[in-house]
Amino acid sequence: MKTVRAIKTGVGRIEGLPIMMVYFVLMGLFIMAAPRVFTGYRIYMSFLQTVPPQLVLALGLTLVITAGEIDLSFSAVIAFSGFVFSYIFLTFGTPWIAFFLALASGALVGFINGLLIAKIGVPSIMCTLASQFFWNGLTILLCGGLSWNIKAIKSHFIHPLFVGRIGGLVPAQSLWSLGLAVLLWFILNRHKFGESILFIGDNPDVARVMGVNVETTKIKLFTLNGLIAGFAAVLLTLEMINFWTTQGAGFLLPVMAAVFIGGTSIAGGQGSIVGSFFGAYIIGSLEAGVVASGIGGYWTRLVSGLVMGASVTLNVVLGKTKEKRFIEKLRSSVFVKGFFKQEKQYVHN
Amino acid sequence: MAAENQYEYAVRMKDIEKYFGNVMALKRVNFEVGANEVVGLIGDNGAGKSTLIKIITGVFPPTKGEMYIRDEKISFKDYGVKQAHKWGIETVYQDKSLGEKQELWRNFFIGRQITNRLGFIKVREEKEIAQKIMLDTIGFRGVGITVDSKVNKLSGGERQGVAIGRAMYFDADLIVLDEPTAALSLKEVQKVLNFVRKIKEGRKACVYISHNISDVYEISDSFVVLDRGEVVANFKRDEISLKGLDEFLLKYAHGEKWAKGR
Repeated sequence: MKTVRAIKTGVGRIEGLPIMMVYFVLMGLFIMAAPRVFTGYRIYMSFLQTVPPQLVLALGLTLVITAGEIDLSFSAVIAFSGFVFSYIFLTFGTPWIAFFLALASGALVGFINGLLIAKIGVPSIMCTLASQFFWNGLTILLCGGLSWNIKAIKSHFIHPLFVGRIGGLVPAQSLWSLGLAVLLWFILNRHKFGESILFIGDNPDVARVMGVNVETTKIKLFTLNGLIAGFAAVLLTLEMINFWTTQGAGFLLPVMAAVFIGGTSIAGGQGSIVGSFFGAYIIGSLEAGVVASGIGGYWTRLVSGLVMGASVTLNVVLGKTKEKRFIEKLRSSVFVKGFFKQEKQYVHN
Repeated sequence: MAAENQYEYAVRMKDIEKYFGNVMALKRVNFEVGANEVVGLIGDNGAGKSTLIKIITGVFPPTKGEMYIRDEKISFKDYGVKQAHKWGIETVYQDKSLGEKQELWRNFFIGRQITNRLGFIKVREEKEIAQKIMLDTIGFRGVGITVDSKVNKLSGGERQGVAIGRAMYFDADLIVLDEPTAALSLKEVQKVLNFVRKIKEGRKACVYISHNISDVYEISDSFVVLDRGEVVANFKRDEISLKGLDEFLLKYAHGEKWAKGR
C-alpha cells in the first residue's frame, strides 16, 4: 500500500502525466488498429496542421478556468477576428496591419467581457455567452453572410511565417502554438500575473486581503484570452486561405473538453498548460483515429465520450485528492481528539 | 532577533467612542498594547471587541477619540486598511489568510513576490526564504510538510502558524489574531499558542481575541475585558491568577444577569 501511495504521489507531481498517458495509450491503440496510417508520418503532420487553432484557444481558456471563470466567447472571436483580418487584407492589401487589427479586435472583445465581469459583476458564463451571440451576429451582419477567398495572401511573407511547411514538412503553426504553450506555462506558473490568477481562482477574498488587485487581474485575463483567440483566428484563416461566417462555430465544446481532460479544475485555483496541450491533441486526433481504424465514422462520438470520461477519471484518481483526504483523516482522527479529555472550559458567557 | 523597539506602545487608544447611528458600540475606551506585549482581549459577543479591532486595523474610523501607533498620533482622515499595513499592523483571519490549493511558498509571497524586471518570480529565492520563515521565525515542525506542500494538507493550527509567520517576516509590529483557535482541536490550539509565543520572542506585539479564558491566560501579558462597549477590567498577568480571572468573569456575568432580571 505504501509503495502504491508513493507511486501515486510521484506520478501526481509531474504535470499533465495522466493525460500524457492517455495520449500515448490512444496512439498505441491507433497504431495497432490502423498500422498503415499511424506508422507513417503523414497523419501526424496533418494533426500538426489542424490542431493548433483549437490548441491555442485551449491554452488561453486554461488561464481563464484556473481563475475560476469561464469564457464562451472565443468561438465568436474566431469569426470576428477572422473577418477583420480578411476584410483589412482584401480592402487594403496590408497583411501586417490586418494581423494586428485582428489581434486587437480579439483583445477588444475580451476587454469588454472583462469590464462587465470585473467592474459590474456580471457572471462570466452569462456575459461571455451573450458576447458570443453578439460578436457572431455582428460578423454575419458585417460580411453579409458571405465567405471570402483570400488566396492572394499566399504571396505575402505572413503566410509561410505562420502556416508554412518547415523543411517542406512540419506545419509552422504547430511550432507557434508550442511556443505559446511554453510562454503561457511560464506566465501561469512563474509570473506574478499567473500567481494572481491561481489565488483568485482559489479564493478571491484571500487574494484581495493579500494585496492582489482582483478586478484589474480579471480584466487583463479576459483581454489576454481575447487576444489569444484573435491569434487562433489568424492561424485558422491563413491555413484555410478563406474566411467564412461560421468559422469556429464548432470549437466551443471540443476546446473546453481539451482543457478539462487536461486536469484543469473547474473549481479554479489549479490549471495545467501541459494537460491542455495534450488534451487538445487527443481531441484533435480522435476523429481521424477512429475513422482510420476502420470501425466507422459513426463511432467517433462514442469513442470521444469514452476517452474524455477515462481521462477525467484518471486525473481524479491520480490527483492529490485522495492523499489529502487521508492526511486530514489521520490528523483529525478520534485518536488525537480523544487523547485529551475535554478539560473544564473557562468560557465567559 | 530583531533590534530593540524604538517606541513604547505598538498602539494606544484614548477615549475612543464609536456610534453606529444612535447605537453606541464603544464608550470612552482606553486601550494600549506595549511594543512587545501580548494583550488578551476578552468579551462576550457584541461586547465591542471586533469594533475595537476594526478601528485599529483601519476598517472604519471611530466617532471620537485619539489613536497613536508606535507613539505617533494617527489622523483618521487618511487612515485605512492599506495605511494600517504600512504601519505594520496585520490581522490573521481564521479562514481568509491562505490560498488552499497553492503551495506554501506561494502563500508566503503572494502580493509581494520577489521578481525580476519582467515580473517573473524568482522561485528558488522565495523558497529559501519561505523555508527560513518556517524553521526560524515560527519554528515549524510539521511532519512531512515542506515549502512545496499545498495548504490543504496542513492542519488548522499549522495554517494559523503559516499566516502568523508570514506577518512576522514581513515586519508586522502588531499582529491581531481574531479568534484563532475557534473550531480547532485541543492539540491544534496548543500549536497556535506556541506560534503566539514566537510573536513575543520576536519582540513584536499581539492582540489575541478569544472566548477561551484559559488560552488567553496562558499566553497574554495583560487582559482587557470589554462589556457592552466599555472596558470593565484591565489586569496585568501577575495581578491575577487564572482562577481569579475566571471567578471575576463569572461573577461579572452573574451580576449582569441579575441586573437584567430585575
